[in-house]
Amino acid sequence: MAKSVKVYSTSTCPWCIRAKQFLKENNIEFQNLDVSGDQLAADEMMAKTGQMGVPVLDIDGEIIIGFDKEKIKQLLGL
Amino acid sequence: MPIYDLIIIGAGPAGITASVYAARKKLDFLVISLDIGGQAAWSGDIENYTGYQFITGPELALKFEEHMRRYDTALREGEEVLEVKKSGEIILVKTNKADYQSRSVIIASGKKSKELGVTGEKEFKHRGLTYCATCDGPLFTGRDVAVIGGGNSALDAALQLTKIAKQVYIINNTVELGGDAIMRQKLQAASNVVILNNSKVISVLGDKFVSSIKIKSSDQEKELTVQGVFVEIGLTPNVAFAKDVEKNQKNEIKINLRNESSIPGIFVAGDVTDVPEKQIIIAAGEGSKAALSVFHYLSRKVF
Repeated sequence: MAKSVKVYSTSTCPWCIRAKQFLKENNIEFQNLDVSGDQLAADEMMAKTGQMGVPVLDIDGEIIIGFDKEKIKQLLGL
Repeated sequence: MPIYDLIIIGAGPAGITASVYAARKKLDFLVISLDIGGQAAWSGDIENYTGYQFITGPELALKFEEHMRRYDTALREGEEVLEVKKSGEIILVKTNKADYQSRSVIIASGKKSKELGVTGEKEFKHRGLTYCATCDGPLFTGRDVAVIGGGNSALDAALQLTKIAKQVYIINNTVELGGDAIMRQKLQAASNVVILNNSKVISVLGDKFVSSIKIKSSDQEKELTVQGVFVEIGLTPNVAFAKDVEKNQKNEIKINLRNESSIPGIFVAGDVTDVPEKQIIIAAGEGSKAALSVFHYLSRKVF
């Protein structure tokens, strides 16, 4: 079964754009949460990670801070 | 171990352009870089790169990357160069993952944000303290923030934040703000900006996240309640791995008109060099010059 993937991002951050592009290239479906417009999403991200840097990826509950390509590949089995 | 013709360190505008030229000269080469796009990827709107009347930084960085990848260039992304050393006629490049040998090197490692060097800076990085207003600014909607610095990058960050944050403090350690007059005027017109000249940050305070900063203004210490701290005090060259090459007072690597450093075989291009003016288009041009100089160097020399 496909894993649930959430991306916490802002529209302007280059690493967010790269992370989302990487997921698209690999045909991974994901839910994008824009933390700049959505305070609830921002609070959720800060509670999960204890920090405010974007992007944050939540892959079936496993948290990745930043665009860590190797870790994303590993968790998604790419 | 193979000996490459060329190793390019960095994949910003300079490194990527060098790679395109090296590929077209059919050199046997490798690109090693922590990231792709360099500072260009972090820029907002770009309106002075010829051919694009308007393009954003991330978009231009993507175009650069596509251009590089057209040539099946060998790229080691996410790899950090720790040392570059000449040994006889060969240059040794040591990274956090492997050792390489090459007949020539182009250093195009660019610059990174300077740090404040105060208590709390490391602890609160990404916990309210950031070096990228473009990235993290939107997270501070309706909050009070401080921008540290007084040059164009600080003014740019402050202007972006006036539209997002509640109150924006600018902590500037000189008598008055620098930067472009047009940006200073825009800031003065904003209703939610307080400029504190002759002031410097002493420490960043908080619990889980930033809650205040301690500053010293004209010999008086005071505490400002802020949830965000944006450090914009300029840039410093990425040269820790290049100990042997000559540098200027700003720690930029000195080059001549052919992009040669003080060590034959080590060429340098872009913002990490002492060329006057740091621009994307200049870095790209310097990258092409460096690659052509490498080509001439390799064809003249017998290894």
